[in-house]
Parts: sequence; structure tokens; C-alpha cells
Amino acid sequence: MHPAYSVILFTTASGAGYGLLALLGLTGASHGSVSDFWFGAVSMLVALGLITAGLLSSTFHLGHPERAWRAFSQWRSSWLSREGVLAVATYIPACLFGLLWVLPDSNETLLAVLGVVTAILATVTVICTAMIYASLSTIRAWRHWMVVPVYVIFSVATGAVLLFALASVFGRSGIPALGVITIVALVLAGLAKLVYWISIDNMKPIYTMGDATGLGGDVRQWELPHTSENYIQSEMGFRVARKHAQKLRMIVGACLVAALVLVWAAFGFEGNAAPVFAMLAVVLASIGAVVERWLFFAQAKHVVSLFYGEQSV
Amino acid sequence: MTTLPDTTQAGQKKLGLVIDLDTCVGCQACAVSCKEWNTQGYSAPLTDLEPYGPDPAGAWLNRIHGYETGEGDNARGLHFPRSCLHCETPACVTVCPTGASYKRAEDGIVLVNPDTCIGCKLCSWACPYGAREYDQDDGVMKKCTLCVDRIYNENLEPEDRKPACVKACPTGARHFGDLGDENSDVSKLVEARGGFDLLPQMDYKPVNKYLPPRPRRDKAGGVKSAPLETVGKGDGSLAERVFSWIDEVLS
Repeated sequence: MHPAYSVILFTTASGAGYGLLALLGLTGASHGSVSDFWFGAVSMLVALGLITAGLLSSTFHLGHPERAWRAFSQWRSSWLSREGVLAVATYIPACLFGLLWVLPDSNETLLAVLGVVTAILATVTVICTAMIYASLSTIRAWRHWMVVPVYVIFSVATGAVLLFALASVFGRSGIPALGVITIVALVLAGLAKLVYWISIDNMKPIYTMGDATGLGGDVRQWELPHTSENYIQSEMGFRVARKHAQKLRMIVGACLVAALVLVWAAFGFEGNAAPVFAMLAVVLASIGAVVERWLFFAQAKHVVSLFYGEQSV
Repeated sequence: MTTLPDTTQAGQKKLGLVIDLDTCVGCQACAVSCKEWNTQGYSAPLTDLEPYGPDPAGAWLNRIHGYETGEGDNARGLHFPRSCLHCETPACVTVCPTGASYKRAEDGIVLVNPDTCIGCKLCSWACPYGAREYDQDDGVMKKCTLCVDRIYNENLEPEDRKPACVKACPTGARHFGDLGDENSDVSKLVEARGGFDLLPQMDYKPVNKYLPPRPRRDKAGGVKSAPLETVGKGDGSLAERVFSWIDEVLS
């Protein structure tokens, strides 16, 4: 599948934003109002800013961005529509939560309820994003039980690294729970992706050119319908990244491990070096997530490629 | 609305095509006439980008592939027209976030409303048959309409109220009709020739059917052509002897 930059940016940026938002919601729910106004305000702005930037970038690849509002209408059948509805719905409790969280003397119960609701909606929005892909039976690598968990875990892991970095900037890198959550999330993200990769590499093909054409047995292509690449080939027959797949996977793994080591280091150093290490961890985790998302698209084979010479998928 | 209409009732009309892989000669007439009709009709033009340049691209609703099956003496080539199959359970419709993609309850035709399509391309991802092509110029998805603007068009003569591809086919390899009616000509044809679905295991339940190539005839009934040496060595008549003399002179 063709990896559109706008979609990769959208799923990784908004994924990290929703992960951060969910963690902030849970922090507020368990700890009450934030002790440092600026930490609370900047964290909420980063979370909502990433989400908004991601959502806006997802409209860039549309043929008619001005009609994007129509996508809220078909939530009964379409995961893309559900995602749009939930993405917008999440803003309401998130903004209310953010306000109450940074203001002193807020109602603790209300804050807790809003925090939990925000965390749930943020997570469900990420699940909807994943389901857009996981619901397509035409792409076997996407209709895989690990796709939804991987999206959620990457969202939480990148969000956790962001939260850790923000806390470090405000001189709080030494909070044990936050360090542990961040490191565990990074480990889980790496493991989940590893399991997914091993699983799709061992997937046996189930559809053949004989099934696609109905001719059965051994079918070969001898003539293409057109002399230059058409939409189907450029959109669904993307191959460039496949030859670099193993190297790119190593890069994802290396980025996650390096981010983990940097978080650990920042946790240990609690001085001026901590924010630098933590920000570097954000950069590395982001690169890892973007490369991972790129591979998710570039390595996915579409059933339609059977009509264009692929023997089996 | 992108939820699917209930098409399970008896007598449900299912308009579609039956394509005969035995008689298709790959002349591309159906593809060309499809393009010609649909570039001026129902939706916006089917754009071609750089049509006379080195790398032409554009949206077509019908593509004719060439495939080969069998080995050695049993190998055979065939032409394979590919277009929307107007499935009974089309995921291309249910994934649409705007309701621009829909399946008509009255006849099962799958259409895209070009005024509400946002061009997100998700429907083309959901189609296993590559039936939907994105029009870069219009920013909307294009697909076979089963010539919905011909088949009910009372401004056309009754014999012209068929999809353009069916009208254009010089070998009668394309048939149009109601596949929901088991007594229709197309249903009988499918029954008689063993018509089949493409990728039935994906459960999209295509309405369009394909007819398999007929069994290959390798030998013409054992008739052998006469060997050259026996020319003129027949009954000894004058004509035979004249031919025999010419044969010798020319040999």
C-alpha cells in the first residue's frame, strides 16, 4: 500500500497526542489538580496541539477537504466516520478536564470523572483509527488481531515519552511511576511490533491469481491493460520500502531501545541533563513510530495485486 | 447512506454483467466505449492526465487484462475484462464515511455521488477487484455505473438502453440483465455455461459473473491434409495429367 505522508503524520502525531492526553487524564483523575500551572497548561496544549495537527494533516490527502465535515455522518457502518466523530467528541471532556486540572481548588470528583472520560475517549479514538485498517479484508497484514493493540501501545508509548519529557522540563523527571510506565510502554511497543512482524512474515498466502481470475490452477499475466502505471498500481502496488524492510525494522527497534535508555538515564540524572536526555528520547521514539507506520503501509499487500501479476497473497 | 439495503428478498432485482471469457477477443472496444460514454455523462469527465505525453494516466472504469493458463500444448491465452462487479455485500460502500458510496435498493447498482465524495480513497482500498479509480483532477472516486444513465434513459431507443460496453462488444462476449431473476437470459446463460464468481471466498458476493473458456479442441476431427507428393497421381484423367505435368515443371 502506498504510504501517504499525511496519513503517516496523522496516525503517529495524533496517536502520540491521544496517548499523552489519556495519561494526563488519568494523572488528573488520580492526583487531583496539577501542582504546577505551567506544566499542566503546556502538557494539555502539546496533547491537543498534536491531535489537532494530526487531524488537520489527515484532511490534506483528501480530494475535497472542504467536504470533510460530511465524514461525521456514516458512523453506523464506517470506522473512518466513527473515528471522526470520536476525535471531535474527545475535545469536549478534554478541554473541560484541562481547564479544571490547571485551575486551583477544582471539584475533585468532577475532575476525576472528566479525566477518566477523556482517557477512555482518547483510547477509543485510537482504536477506531486502527479499525479503519483492521477492518479491510482486502489487506491481510492489516486484518490481523495485533493491529489494534499495536496502534494503542504505540500511542501510549509515544505519549508516555512525551509526558516524561514534559515532566523533565519542569524538573520532575524523578517521579518513579512515570519513569516505570514510560519504560514498560516502550518495551511493550517493541515486543508487540516484533510479534506482529514475525506473525505477518509467517502468514501463508490464501488467495492466488487463479482465485482472482476464477481460472484456477497456474495463471500467468501476459498483457497489462494499460501502458503506464494506473491508480490501482500506484496506490495498492507500492513496493519501494519492501526491499529495505529488514533494515527499517532494525531502525525501529534501535530507536525504541535508545529512547528507553535515554529515559532511564534522565530518570537517574535528575539535573540539567535530564530534560536534554528526555527530549532526545522524544525525537527517537517519534522516528521509531514514523518508520514503524511507514512499514505498516509499505509492507501491506493488497489482494488486487493478484490481477497485476502477484501470484498469491 | 452507506449501510447496505436489504437485498435478500425473493425477486430482488440484481442488474449486472455476464462476461464470456471464451469469446472475448481483447479488442478493447468495451473499454473505449465505456470511457467515451462516461466521460460525458453521469459524473464529471473521466480525466486523462498527459494523454499524449510519455506517461499518460487517467481514470478508466473497465480494464482488459491478458492472462495465460495451462502448460505446453494445453497453454492458452485469454482476455479478461475487469470492472465493478456490483457486489451484494460491497465493503467499498460500508467503509465510506460520507454516504457518497451507496448501493441502490431497487436494482443493486453500486454508485458514487460525485457531489458528496471527499476523495479519501478508502473505498478503493476495500475493493478486492480494483474496480474503483481515483480521478486526480476531480478529486473524487470513479467507478462503473452500469451505465445507469443509459439503461433507464427514455431518450434512447429501447435497443440502446444497455451499458455502453455491452453495446460495443463485437463478439457478444458481454451480456447485461437481471441476475436476481433466475429465468432471465443472463441467469440461464450462467447456468448453462457454469458462470463463476471472482474470489468467492472473500464473500463480497459479486453480481457480475464470468463464463469460463470452453474446453480446448486440439485436433480437427482427425482429418489430415493430403501429402504434397500425391498431387496429380490420382485417376489418370487429362486434367490430372496436366496438373501432374505443371507440378513436375514447377518442382
